[in-house]
Amino acid sequence: MLIINIAGLLLIGLIVWWFWLYKPKDAQLVNNDDVIVLENGNYSPSRIKLPANKSVTLEFLRKDASPCAEMLLIPKLKISETLPLNKASKIVLPAMIAGEYDFHCQMQMYRGQIVVD
Amino acid sequence: MSKAIHEKKHNQHGEADHDDKHPENLQKDFIIEGAGCASCVGKIESALKKVPGVTQAEMNFAQRTVSVRGSAGAQDLIKAVEQAGYKAKSSNADNDNDALNEKEKADQALYKTLMRDMSIALALGIPLMIYGLVGGSMTVSTTSEQLVWLVVGLLTLSVMIFSGKHFYIGAWKSFTNHSANMDTLIALGTGTAWLYSMVVVFFPDLVPVMARHVYFEATAMIIGLINLGLALELKARGRTSEAIKRLIGLQPKTARVIRNDKEIDIAIADVLLDDIVRVRPGEKVPVDGEVTEGHSAVDESMLTGEPMPVEKAIGDLIVAGTINKSGSILFKATRVGKDTALAQIINMVKRAQNSKPSIGRMADIISAYFVPAVMIIAVISALVWLNFGPEPTIAFAIVSATTVLIIACPCALGLATPMSVMVGIGKAAEAGVLIRNGESLQTASKITAMILDKTGTITLGKPKVTDIKLANNFTEKNVMQLVASLESGSEHPLALAIVESAKEQGVKLLKVNNFNAIAGQGVEAEVDGKQLFFGNEKLMHEHGIDLANYIETAQQLASDAKTPMYFAVDNQFAAIIAVADPIKEDSISAIKRLQKAGIRVIMLTGDNRETAKAVAKKVGIDEFFAEVLPEEKSKKVQDLQREGEIVGMTGDGINDAPALAMADVGFAIGTGTDVAIESADITLMRGSLHGLADAIAVSKATLRNIKQNLFGAFIYNVAGIPFAAGVLYPFFGLLLSPVVAGAAMAFSSLTVVSNANRLRFFKAKEH
Repeated sequence: MLIINIAGLLLIGLIVWWFWLYKPKDAQLVNNDDVIVLENGNYSPSRIKLPANKSVTLEFLRKDASPCAEMLLIPKLKISETLPLNKASKIVLPAMIAGEYDFHCQMQMYRGQIVVD
Repeated sequence: MSKAIHEKKHNQHGEADHDDKHPENLQKDFIIEGAGCASCVGKIESALKKVPGVTQAEMNFAQRTVSVRGSAGAQDLIKAVEQAGYKAKSSNADNDNDALNEKEKADQALYKTLMRDMSIALALGIPLMIYGLVGGSMTVSTTSEQLVWLVVGLLTLSVMIFSGKHFYIGAWKSFTNHSANMDTLIALGTGTAWLYSMVVVFFPDLVPVMARHVYFEATAMIIGLINLGLALELKARGRTSEAIKRLIGLQPKTARVIRNDKEIDIAIADVLLDDIVRVRPGEKVPVDGEVTEGHSAVDESMLTGEPMPVEKAIGDLIVAGTINKSGSILFKATRVGKDTALAQIINMVKRAQNSKPSIGRMADIISAYFVPAVMIIAVISALVWLNFGPEPTIAFAIVSATTVLIIACPCALGLATPMSVMVGIGKAAEAGVLIRNGESLQTASKITAMILDKTGTITLGKPKVTDIKLANNFTEKNVMQLVASLESGSEHPLALAIVESAKEQGVKLLKVNNFNAIAGQGVEAEVDGKQLFFGNEKLMHEHGIDLANYIETAQQLASDAKTPMYFAVDNQFAAIIAVADPIKEDSISAIKRLQKAGIRVIMLTGDNRETAKAVAKKVGIDEFFAEVLPEEKSKKVQDLQREGEIVGMTGDGINDAPALAMADVGFAIGTGTDVAIESADITLMRGSLHGLADAIAVSKATLRNIKQNLFGAFIYNVAGIPFAAGVLYPFFGLLLSPVVAGAAMAFSSLTVVSNANRLRFFKAKEH
């Protein structure tokens, strides 16, 4: 029983670490017109790196038919766009100061992050 | 036409620049058809560059679009592309309709897939569940049972793969991304139930005899029910966007244009700027433009909510989506594709529908942490059952953990706000009220004080002749003809009002001789051989005209917010003509509606105190500020805010811009189809003040709806999760079945969407 309890607590610790504490080190550097694919509830790449003080145009291609995937929100930039299915949408990001900018679906279940430095 | 909206040079999609001052910078975008190879790029670009006036032509092969800069006309550019062997059409084309059709097709396809997946899963789940309910053994104790359940287990696995693979793939991808969503919960819940059951089937000896129970029916049922929930939710979501669909549907698919002296029907996408377009009675106006021939009554109700058709004659602006009611008219296209007022309204409403008011922020924060938190609760629940539960503890632990994972529904929380905002903002747009974003919607529902600008807001903003008091046997027609002729040379606003009024009556103006404006008194001239005087009391006195019997009438008119002027012919008094800026027909009832809603209504005006007092009294406003300079208006807003009021400011959106921006909610009153005034949070497309009460009523109804949704979603999760974990078991012996949890979860988000849909039946007008 002790082993099971320890295993349970370890599992809880693992959940906390994996979903909340883990900080991915590498963000993928993207360029103008690179495509971010939304498929099976995930953005790929989901963590992207952009240069500071430079406007960049990203393309989002939604391959996930679920209505959850329809909206793309970048709250810090006040961007909210409807992504059509199987058709790339160009999203123009303004020049940003260094920092982290989350993007997600309307319910925040599908998430990604822009790292500007 | 709208001011601010047409000043917008570009948007974040990098759409065409319409730089009217520098034609060499004018950008036109086209969609190219028939370009199959990369080498076509050079051919098309060089063909375009040869067109006189083109300074730059760049093609994006991947997107099959080309951007051309320069002063060349769109028709010439299209011709050049066609001569090079390809087809081009304006990329300003109406893509909303196509996008909508595509979305509906995609939704339909997804609905069919979900229903198919649901049928397959339930085809296995329902018989298994019935078997269990009628007392069939769901345990594994013999080898034959082991074999039978192995077959069932494999069938369940095929259901999981066929009907539920999107959950598992989604869950896995999220997991590798260090995130978790609904799929994670469903995959974990159903996966745990199936895995445990397979352990029982393969290694029954590993678990106590009492715990050798299989839960294949739960896995199949949950997958079936959740697919059903998603399918029904998809249908319900479709209804939330009805308002935008209606707006998109307003745009006709074809237009009749005149090219080479021939009238031809072309696709709306091919209509170019400056095309002459014909609209026959009963037809929809295809693009925005200026009437060049004919006159008609146009129904603008679909955009402005204004029920009466609006008269249109040469020089008047007409907008896409409205319906030509009577005569056939020709007009010159001034805005096409995405630049039309309708397209911009659609765009604005879409954006607003996607924005969230701050009331939903808490739910957003919670839903961001929700799924891992539920996973932790499931583990804790299993541990508690294992440590303190009755035998068979392992079975109880598995059931409770599975049920916790399945019943939790972050979707309901996440959907609560956006679904209501979507319907609420759409509903407002139907009533001619454009709400900029969710935050404005929320603040509008809390307004406690409303400042109304007088001119153009409470009143029409156009002085008109309101009274003609005749004397000495003069007739109205005669008086109007003489006065209007006399005033036709003057540029004073009151003179314009008189000339306008005479024109409306069809009065023919006469020739004026010896016109003389007397400062501070009025005007005199000779018309039709008669000496005319028109002006104030002083002018009449100067010429010895007796006013004794008419002074009281004039004073009465003045106290009624009107400006009385005296008219004399050949030194004989002829009439008092009163000019006033008339109060809009429904201002009184609209102000009453606001007051009835408990809102403190205040009037601001630059006019003198007497006029202000008279107007305020007439419309039932007790508080007013007169002689307020435009720059003082925002200070008045601040003063009220300091008193603790949540202030709405209503004005024309141009002169009142600073005050509109300062107010908690700025309302711009448009006329006709003036839309999207930049400084305003809410734009009323119709001139009526009822739009204010409508906007506030819709906001309140939407906020109420959001609160119901949030409350429902919170309560559902707060009560459901502990129940699923088994907190009621020690007291009442109650433990939730995972199948019931699956049904509850599937229908909880459907309930939220359906509740938001109730807003569609909200009636804004109560006057």
